[in-house]
Amino acid sequence: MPKGSVAITTERCKGCGFCVEFCPTHGLELSSAFNAKGYHPPHMISAEKCSGCNLCGMYCPDFAIFGYKYPANKAKGEAA
Amino acid sequence: MHADQRCVLTGTHFINGDAACCEGALSAGARFAAGYPITPSTEIVERFSARAPQVGGLFIQMEDELASSIALQGMVWAGQKSFTVTSGPGYSLMMEHIGYAAITETPCVFVDVQRGGPSTGLPTLPAQGDMMQARWGSHGDYLTIALTPNSPQECYSLTIKAFNLAEQFRVPVMFMMDECVGHMTEKVVIPKAEEIEIYPRRLASKPPGEFNLFEAGEDLVPEMAHAGEGYKVYVTGLTHDKRGYPVLNPKAQHELVTRQFEKIRRAADELTIVETEEIEGADVVVVSYGITSRVAQRAIQMARDKGLKVGKLRLICVWPFPEKLIRELAPKVKALVMPELNMGQMVLELERCAGGKCQVISVPHAGGTVHKPADILAAIERGAR
Amino acid sequence: MSTTDFVVHNPVEDLLRQDRVPTIWCPGCGIGTTVNSFAHALLGQDIDLSKTAIVSGIGCSGRVSGYMNLDSFHTTHGRAIPFATGLKLANPELTVIVYSGDGDLTSIGGNHLIHAARRNIDLMVVCVNNMIYAMTGGQAAATTPGSSMSTTTPYGAFEPELNMPQLVDAAGACFVARWTSFHVMQLERTMAKALKKKGLRFIEILSPCPTYFQRKNNLGDALTAMVDYKKRSKIKHGCHTWETALEPGGDIIVGEFVDREREDYLTRMRRQLGSHYSEFPEQTEEEISEGACSEC
Ligand SMILES: Cc1ncc(C[n+]2csc(CCOP(=O)(O)OP(=O)(O)O)c2C)c(N)n1
Ligand code: SF4
Ligand code: SF4
Ligand code: SF4
Ligand SMILES: [Mg+2]
Repeated sequence: MPKGSVAITTERCKGCGFCVEFCPTHGLELSSAFNAKGYHPPHMISAEKCSGCNLCGMYCPDFAIFGYKYPANKAKGEAA
Repeated sequence: MHADQRCVLTGTHFINGDAACCEGALSAGARFAAGYPITPSTEIVERFSARAPQVGGLFIQMEDELASSIALQGMVWAGQKSFTVTSGPGYSLMMEHIGYAAITETPCVFVDVQRGGPSTGLPTLPAQGDMMQARWGSHGDYLTIALTPNSPQECYSLTIKAFNLAEQFRVPVMFMMDECVGHMTEKVVIPKAEEIEIYPRRLASKPPGEFNLFEAGEDLVPEMAHAGEGYKVYVTGLTHDKRGYPVLNPKAQHELVTRQFEKIRRAADELTIVETEEIEGADVVVVSYGITSRVAQRAIQMARDKGLKVGKLRLICVWPFPEKLIRELAPKVKALVMPELNMGQMVLELERCAGGKCQVISVPHAGGTVHKPADILAAIERGAR
Repeated sequence: MSTTDFVVHNPVEDLLRQDRVPTIWCPGCGIGTTVNSFAHALLGQDIDLSKTAIVSGIGCSGRVSGYMNLDSFHTTHGRAIPFATGLKLANPELTVIVYSGDGDLTSIGGNHLIHAARRNIDLMVVCVNNMIYAMTGGQAAATTPGSSMSTTTPYGAFEPELNMPQLVDAAGACFVARWTSFHVMQLERTMAKALKKKGLRFIEILSPCPTYFQRKNNLGDALTAMVDYKKRSKIKHGCHTWETALEPGGDIIVGEFVDREREDYLTRMRRQLGSHYSEFPEQTEEEISEGACSEC
């Protein structure tokens, strides 16, 4: 049951890979798909591990991703 | 709006042009200034550094003129009226920021007390060699307004005018003094505050969200909002749109530059500020400005004593140049004579506007002292022939 | 993940001019990363954001001011500090941040940096050090490490590199720190701390420029640079700033080096002026007209 998740604005991503490299749970990966500008935006590969710590958001130079925590009182089932 | 009496030293004073300029700035509402010492302008900031704290203001002596010429613009964007003061070498260092003030439409005043140049030149002696620099000194296309006082009294009153024009048109105004008027001590009458007309800042009339910092109305002059007022202003030296956002293409460039030109061009009549004497029916008109106009006055008198019909045209506002007036005048006279303390700068404008309709006689002078009236007289006589 | 019933919102967005993103910065440029730390630091403060101004010079780093949803001033090359000085002095209520590049703040604007530190004027100065003149295409800067390649050092640089913290410390800044764009959380904390202080606070941030510095020197992409920062950085809070010189391939000393109390410019001015300084309250319309007829 994940504690959090990420929101990705794929069109802003420039594919630098910072978020993938520095996610402490190694939950992200650059996808093989392209965005309109020709970059490979990230996607989650192990959503259940995400803590919503937002380190990915802190590293992203293009404000394309950020992590958030689920409210404490929300069980995953309710939120998703 | 009239001046704030707390800043106005009403009364009759015996002070030099530099001191009068300082009082003019205070009367105009400038309580903040940035500068760097340089002869013969220093007395202005020396006096200002004593006076400003008395009215809750401040003078900061910056590390150089590059700094002072932009620090003053920070003061303006913080909501104050501000100016800087310098002479030739410092004026040269300020050029980039005159352009910055022009493109960002920052109302402010640059005082240049001219001395002999180029380079360090003649630090304590007069010249009028920066007149073209006042117009063309910064790179790119822009227009400025430049005023030239010829007495301490005018150093006072025209400094107020300079601030007023800066606010009215949102431009940097060049206040082109010279060592002579700066260091000349004469009677200066400072009127009562309520007799001094002040052009207030053209503040945003719309709330944040609806307001565009560079959107101009009919007279092409945009309203202004400052930092800290909730407008989240965006000010850049890059070519920008009406929001102030950089837009780097020919269309935006065209719109911005032509509007900024046009706002001054349109006001050409209002900015024709001259003093004339007997130009109707004159054979020769002596055109001069600043300290040289006082020497010219003597030469004109000498010529009249000899029976010549000589008129006087003194330029108070030199930029924009009074083009229309010269175009109308040239066909009616035999000659226009222009003495100036440089090797012939404003005379180029005079020639252009006269368009070959009369003789244009330059009376150049490399600076360091003023003309001999006899030299101007000789030119008048040549023109009258 | 989109059907959550609570609002998913990146707080950094509130501090950005939405109509200006995406930025002009290259993929992997570290400047944007530093903005996240800055935005979080600012949001965590009890500061009125409508009274917060950001001033930049010219350069890639100098573009930061224009992306922030604050009062933004993009000035001339090297002159952000004197502009900010005027802004702060004429309205002390403003929080003023200078955000610019290494070339801008330490070469062309170096003199202003020295004197702002000496005056201890109340500004927070953030210097993004990508060790190159990036905006103009990768020329050597005063910060380019010895023997590095740049477009104007085609045989390798041979000028010694500037140690910014030492310079600013010596000149008198009340707070001096350095991080890299890898240190996002530390940077946020340091910025938050610096925002609370009064006086000149200086923060240097080493940041990758993959397009020029990294590429010219075969140092790999931006990510490689970030990993390199992680490996080479040594945290040494409070260390002497003569120990913080950067050497090619050597340790990158990071941390908060100087944190001292020193009277800032305006406080000192007021103290010195004493009774020579008079407050100048805004006059009401009534007072103005009263004043006009009283003593004249
Ligand atoms: C007076 C002046 N000289 C030169 C330039 C050209 N110029 C623009 S940015 C820049 C260098 C910027 O370097 P830095 O401050 O390190 O910023 P970066 O682009 O690396 O972030 C230069 C030399 C200019 N704009 N103005
Ligand atoms: S929020 Fe944290 S754990 Fe989740 S993807 Fe981002 S960095 Fe990884
Ligand atoms: S850090 Fe941002 S720009 Fe870089 S790959 Fe991740 S989402 Fe894309
Ligand atoms: S040139 Fe370098 S510093 Fe400039 S945006 Fe690109 S990566 Fe960043
Ligand atoms: Mg740089």
